[in-house]
Amino acid sequence: MEKKTLIIGVIGADVHAVGNQILYFAFREAGFNVINLGVMVSQEEYIEAAIEAKADAILVSSLYGHGELDCQGLRDKCNEAGLKDILLYVGGNIVVGKQPFEEVKKRFTDMGFDRVFGPGTSPETTIEALQEDLYGAH
Amino acid sequence: MRFVLLIDFGSTYTKLTAVDVEKAEVLATADDYTTADTDIMIGFEKAYSKLQSAAGNIAYQKRLACSSAAGGLRMVACGLVPALTAKAAKLAAFGAGAKVIQTFAYELTNDDVAQIDAIAPDILLLTGGTDGGNREVIEHNAHMLARSKRAFPIVYAGNRGSKDVCIEQLDGELHPVYATENVMPVLNKLNILPAQSIIRQIFLEKIISGKGLSREKALIEGIIMPTPSAVLSALTLLSEGTNGRRGIGELMAVDLGGATTDIYSIAKGAPSNPATILHGLQEPYAKRTVEGDIGMRYSAHGIVEAAGMDETCRCSGLDSSAVNAMLDRINRDKSMLPQTEEEKAFDFALAALAVRIGLCRHAGTIQQIYTPMGPVFQQTGKDLTEIDRIIITGGALIHSAQYTDIIREAVSVSDEQALIPRKARVARDARYILSAMGLLASYDQNTAFDILYKSFGKDEVYATE
Ligand code: B12
Repeated sequence: MEKKTLIIGVIGADVHAVGNQILYFAFREAGFNVINLGVMVSQEEYIEAAIEAKADAILVSSLYGHGELDCQGLRDKCNEAGLKDILLYVGGNIVVGKQPFEEVKKRFTDMGFDRVFGPGTSPETTIEALQEDLYGAH
Repeated sequence: MRFVLLIDFGSTYTKLTAVDVEKAEVLATADDYTTADTDIMIGFEKAYSKLQSAAGNIAYQKRLACSSAAGGLRMVACGLVPALTAKAAKLAAFGAGAKVIQTFAYELTNDDVAQIDAIAPDILLLTGGTDGGNREVIEHNAHMLARSKRAFPIVYAGNRGSKDVCIEQLDGELHPVYATENVMPVLNKLNILPAQSIIRQIFLEKIISGKGLSREKALIEGIIMPTPSAVLSALTLLSEGTNGRRGIGELMAVDLGGATTDIYSIAKGAPSNPATILHGLQEPYAKRTVEGDIGMRYSAHGIVEAAGMDETCRCSGLDSSAVNAMLDRINRDKSMLPQTEEEKAFDFALAALAVRIGLCRHAGTIQQIYTPMGPVFQQTGKDLTEIDRIIITGGALIHSAQYTDIIREAVSVSDEQALIPRKARVARDARYILSAMGLLASYDQNTAFDILYKSFGKDEVYATE
């Protein structure tokens, strides 16, 4: 099967590096081609990377609570840049404090994310979702 | 082998340097106007007779030449994303000593192709997509370029996977394709040396003869590189040294001309503050950039435009109507030499601002981001704040008595985001030997290094051989 390409990174002014690094190893181990943009990644950087590398999915991490602000407009910009069908995931501690996850999820899906993951999501869960969305497995 | 003649067919002057290799000494230098419009050897012969009367009638065992005459190595660069492969392509071309007339990103249109035909580049560098990445755009661009009616070689340094398709579209009489490794095989990783070596090969094989600079005529082993590439190689040699000689370390150089300004850095440019996160495309260790809108005469208005009227006034001490009057004067007479106090003050400001703008565009930037746990830094490009050696070359600077003041003014920026040198020791290429030593290095590294060291490396110590 052709290897799918993922772009990962932590959005905005967020410097929480550990989870992103874990995801990098886990996704590679699972057979993906992973481009890790590191921490403090702007929306433009995700998009430019996805264009040059012809990525299949962008996985946005946000840990420090400002995820909602940082993620606004990302889907629109992807559309504008010709990345029409690219898969968009977001995960981490994407909002401030403890809010009912269903509401959070709705706000992010309305923003155009295909999947939204709550705090403490294991890499395995994410990998399963990726396989389903990218290879049509399960 | 004792005497070597080094020739730089520059855009304005043909400069000759006679070297005694055994003594590691420059015997004499001489120059005259470049005569590329008629026969380049006319200017050469004039300079040569000056040289021989200064150096004594020497028989040279070797003659090496570089050239930026007849427009230099004129290139067009094509890439995908402006900040990624299009930038990588531009950096590759600059590093190969080219003049990049225009850079194109994303899909080429019919108008773009017409534009390229009007430019009639010596070489077009086609890039786009990481290996395994985007194929559509570069394949579209190859398809479009096949419509071009001008003849020029194309260096293909894009996505590996599209290479065969593109060659099929393009390769032929009009556009012979030279394929090599991707300039950005993996996102943000720069790989420009393979493309540069192909560019140099084409320069040797095709372009020289096309410009009437053939080797038989010049009685020389040939023009072996474009002038800026010779300068870059001299600077790299001085910085790094050779097997037996220790280099003087990281440095920068500025070549301020009448139409353009070249900036060089031989430096890693790693963050000076450890709490910094690096972003964006990796940068070449030996980096050259060219500012086409910044120069002392043909691009004087570009300096004022980029620096702003207020800053030009502050720096020159003139008011805005005086500045505009000066610009008009220069516009009317491009060979104007400053005479009055006002003219001198204006030229000082032009030079300082030109160097500052060139340095700022060449160097990286840093942004401070405030977070609840304090400030963090994000760096794009090279951090050159700790470079303390700047070598200056080019007529406008080396003939100015105030060259140290010019550099001091240029680097005194309040803008903390610009990662340019903060304080600098300035060395001057008063005898124009940089390009000559870059040429000599291709034949005898140690001698070239020793001569460079004598001119620019004063307070350093040799490692013993
Ligand atoms: C270490 C840490 C720091 C370190 C980070 C060091 C570094 N360079 O990495 C420092 C001290 C710098 C720091 C700073 C801050 N922190 Co902090 N930090 C933590 C801490 C204790 C651990 C984070 C960690 O590494 N976890 C381990 C990794 C493996 O887990 P993870 O990051 O959650 O990632 C996993 C999952 O979330 C998931 N995942 C992550 N991204 C994605 C994306 C997708 C698409 C998917 C599917 C899954 C997914 O997979 C990962 C691997 O399993 C957490 C608390 C905690 N226990 O989580 C707080 C925490 C994240 N920090 C927090 C805050 C508020 C801050 C600060 C704003 C405030 C402050 N007072 O310092 C600053 C922000 C700085 C900045 N600009 O980013 C809050 C965030 C609150 C919120 N979101 O509402 C937390 C939750 C603490 C808390 N309970 O209040 N922090």
